[in-house]
Amino acid sequence: MTNIGLLEITTPSDREIAMRRVFDASARLVFDAWTKPELIKRWLGVRAGWTMEVCEVDLKVGGKYRFVWRSPDMTMGMGGAYREIVPPVRLVSTEKFDEAWYDGEALDTIELVERDGKTTVTTTVRYVSREVRDAVIKSGAASGVAESYDKLAELLPSLT
Amino acid sequence: MRPDPLDATFAALADPTRRAILARLASGEASVTELAKPFAMSQPAISKHLKVLERAGLISGGREAQRRPRRIEGEALAVATGWLERYREVWEGNFQRLDTLLEELKANEAKRGDKKRKGDKK
Repeated sequence: MTNIGLLEITTPSDREIAMRRVFDASARLVFDAWTKPELIKRWLGVRAGWTMEVCEVDLKVGGKYRFVWRSPDMTMGMGGAYREIVPPVRLVSTEKFDEAWYDGEALDTIELVERDGKTTVTTTVRYVSREVRDAVIKSGAASGVAESYDKLAELLPSLT
Repeated sequence: MRPDPLDATFAALADPTRRAILARLASGEASVTELAKPFAMSQPAISKHLKVLERAGLISGGREAQRRPRRIEGEALAVATGWLERYREVWEGNFQRLDTLLEELKANEAKRGDKKRKGDKK
């Protein structure tokens, strides 16, 4: 079953937030898009009005990455270090926003599974504690709780 | 200290029975008896779930006995789902741009593949 384009958001444990999405491309291309600066710059966080001003990637275990986005009236930066690099199936890195309002670094795990030319990407962000995850969620800036977003989504149309 | 309202909302939403109750109420008011019908649960058990939902501000109307119909309250649910909506929007945007990029990369590879094949023939 491949639902290209359908984004699933779940909370697999009380410290984590996960997203799953199928892309119509090989794992190799998706992995490249996630790890090569010239490609990252083209899609990650560059919504209307924003550009990626800094995109540095030292793709080796222990190597650092640094991203800075700019809009006409503000900048936002984040960075971390790579912990595991297994192209094109797995990438683990730490993550910290410059203006993090929460404790500690988060751990990002990206897993790619290719089947029939399509690639399912699961990204999981693990925070240091449930309290931190919930604080992030409440900030509205970065992510979700509740067992299944889809169940909530079903409720929404009838409320508007 | 009052618990954080969002905590109460998420705790209430974490239970499948309570989500099912909300889904039922989303299509209209219902009494406890009506709400209990689809579940293999006693009315007191259902009443307990309703209390949790009420405390979270997700439903209203239950103060008097069994017959008073329960209603869904959209505001608390909207607060709980508001950030999820934003998060989803941000990532859907990211991934749609990634889709476009991947199409381009595939096209480039196909082109290079053609050239290579042509080159091989020479």
